[in-house]
Amino acid sequence: MSDTNAQSVSFVRDKMLPESAPPTLERGVVKWIRENLFSSILNSVLTLGSIYVIYWIVAHLYPWLANSVWYASSLNECREIRDATVGPGVPSACFAVITDRWEQLLFGFYPNDAYWRPVMALVAFLAAIAPVLFVSLPRKLLWFSAASPFVMFSLLWGGSIWGPITLAVGFGVGYAAFVLLGRVAGALVSVLGSIIAPVLFWMFLAGPIAGALTAVAPIGLPFVESRSFGGFTLSVIIGVSGIVLSMPLGILLALGRQSDLFIINKVSVAFIEVIRGVPLIVWLFTAQLILGYFLPPGTTFDLTLRVIIMVTLFSSAYIAEVVRGGLAALPKGQYEGADSLGLDYWQSMRLIILPQALKISIPGIVNTFIGLFKDTTLVVFIGLFDPIGLSNAIRASTDWNGIYWELFVFIGLLFFIFCYSMGRYSLFLERKLQRENR
Amino acid sequence: MKTVFLGVLATAGLAAGVAGAATLDDVKARGSLNCGVSTGLVGFAAPDADGVWEGFDVGVCRAVATAVLGDPDAVTFVPTTGQTRFTALASGEIDMLARNTTWTFSRDVDLKFEFVGVNYYDGQGFMAPRELGVSSAKELDGATVCIQTGTTTELNLADFFRVNSISYEPVPIETNAEALQQLLAGACDVYTTDASGLAASRATFENASDWVILPEIISKEPLGPLVRHGDNEWADVVRWSLNTLIAAEELGVTSENVAELAAAPTNNPEINRMLGTEGELGAMLGLEASWAADIIAAVGNYSELFESNIGESTPIGLARGLNAQWTDGGLLYTPPFR
Repeated sequence: MSDTNAQSVSFVRDKMLPESAPPTLERGVVKWIRENLFSSILNSVLTLGSIYVIYWIVAHLYPWLANSVWYASSLNECREIRDATVGPGVPSACFAVITDRWEQLLFGFYPNDAYWRPVMALVAFLAAIAPVLFVSLPRKLLWFSAASPFVMFSLLWGGSIWGPITLAVGFGVGYAAFVLLGRVAGALVSVLGSIIAPVLFWMFLAGPIAGALTAVAPIGLPFVESRSFGGFTLSVIIGVSGIVLSMPLGILLALGRQSDLFIINKVSVAFIEVIRGVPLIVWLFTAQLILGYFLPPGTTFDLTLRVIIMVTLFSSAYIAEVVRGGLAALPKGQYEGADSLGLDYWQSMRLIILPQALKISIPGIVNTFIGLFKDTTLVVFIGLFDPIGLSNAIRASTDWNGIYWELFVFIGLLFFIFCYSMGRYSLFLERKLQRENR
Repeated sequence: MKTVFLGVLATAGLAAGVAGAATLDDVKARGSLNCGVSTGLVGFAAPDADGVWEGFDVGVCRAVATAVLGDPDAVTFVPTTGQTRFTALASGEIDMLARNTTWTFSRDVDLKFEFVGVNYYDGQGFMAPRELGVSSAKELDGATVCIQTGTTTELNLADFFRVNSISYEPVPIETNAEALQQLLAGACDVYTTDASGLAASRATFENASDWVILPEIISKEPLGPLVRHGDNEWADVVRWSLNTLIAAEELGVTSENVAELAAAPTNNPEINRMLGTEGELGAMLGLEASWAADIIAAVGNYSELFESNIGESTPIGLARGLNAQWTDGGLLYTPPFR
């Protein structure tokens, strides 16, 4: 410092002031609120408006939920309990209907003493899907995954275990035909043989063999007919079968649509466009009504199975288009690279093209599956008792006539849990595959 | 996978699938009656917490099953919607339909069904809040009307308003439960459906006295069970099972005294013929001699069925009205058992 101003400046600070806290308006909660909620007049108005809307919703919902009655045998009893506890006219949910009928909403008319069977089937499904979803699990578990459809069928429908076993043996026959014919004849013959042999086996041998084995060793759970299936069990059965079956079918259709083979290409295009161009509800009515006229009178071709087939076909057309999007997004170099390595068509698809194309398609595929799962509620229109259909049936009992929202809240919650899990898994998968790619 | 299932089932179906027109024999061979019912209508058909079907229409199914198979539980209830019911019957998926279905000319003649009788005489009515201050449906000029779509009620409503030259605004809704929510929320002034349905719905309201059912009944809705054309033996079985319920009330046979009355011939020859202690009416139908006695023992007579499901002692609280015996000024009148 020079001496120029030494006389005029009486005091010069020669050490730093201690840091003081920022002003209240510039820190903590207040700052966050100012910046995020009230940063301008428009934002302030929007914030106040939103707060009012939230308040309005909570103010209406909270008393209804807080005063809910959980144990009663009818709607009138619910109202009596409410009058006695919180007074007449106060909004109050009557969740007693859920306590009374939750088993029905979950299992439909499945026999009471056999509720463990759908539960075990769900456990078997989760165990089977785990090695497919999480690659860190041992690969040996995939053998269980392959066997699980037959295990689940035996658990859900019951009956003699020999039926599903001979059905499974048919696949083994197909594989044996593929390998044996592959040795003596060309690839095309072995592919055709692997399709024709099991079909012949199922048509002519499976029935008598299963019948004979059942007569010798009648092992199996009591048979439960499809009509007893209902509620959330039915939704999950239709949804999961549709999802699992439509995935391979959809991939094949997408490949077929890309194919250079004229007939395969045109058949795939026609199938996809016809199925996709017509609403699902029309296909369900077709399954329910039109098929009834074509089959010989007295034949009952199981309605649940008809619905599963229709839902599978419908969803496979959508999956095919989603996968086609993934295939189209791959650079041409990938296809050419696969060819230059000398891989044949199936090898290049399996090792190079599909892993990349499917990764791109994950969000679209999961989106289709979530949509498919929710669409299963459409079966209410053909007289099947899915959760929505059961809610109508429950309202038709004199005890619960007049109940409305409580049932929808419960059903909505169940669907949310399923769909949200699927959405989270899709995010997990995307993140994981991204990291590997880096 | 898909083709596998199709193949297996199609072959299984072909092997099993030769069925004749003789529904009675089919039912006996199968050991169970496939009866089409509603997917849920208060008092008429609904599954309880254990999945057991109950209701007035369900009672008719059970009566037929008892007559043919001797067991009121030998019924496979097939829930049908308004859209699927006729196809289910025509395609043979069900043996009979007892689903509050109105007997109309076109259904009987054009759709080729056979209505075997009437188990409930209904009619379309209106329900409005008391504060609307109307005492007659003719005062409903300009009203918004909640109405279920795709039913005869929609057409009846249009006819009624056109005949009376008054205007209305329809609010189409899908289900009864939805209509009640709309009505309670004030989205429509008045709700129209079958009078039995109105009474059942009104009974669920918290303040039932705030709602009035208007006196006009604007349509005839004779509801009854039906079967396919062309199998008259089967139609006879269903018709006379229903007639048994009605005649039993007229003759004073109930589920309580039927065992006693059927044990030995009584003084009333018609009761004897019906209960099989005299004559061979059962054999003429191809059934056991005790078929009618079994029905009454299992499901009761018409009055018992009515009172336990929809009568004044139930929350629905319907009066007999048109559904009283002809001797009491109603329309129930069966041909004699002779």
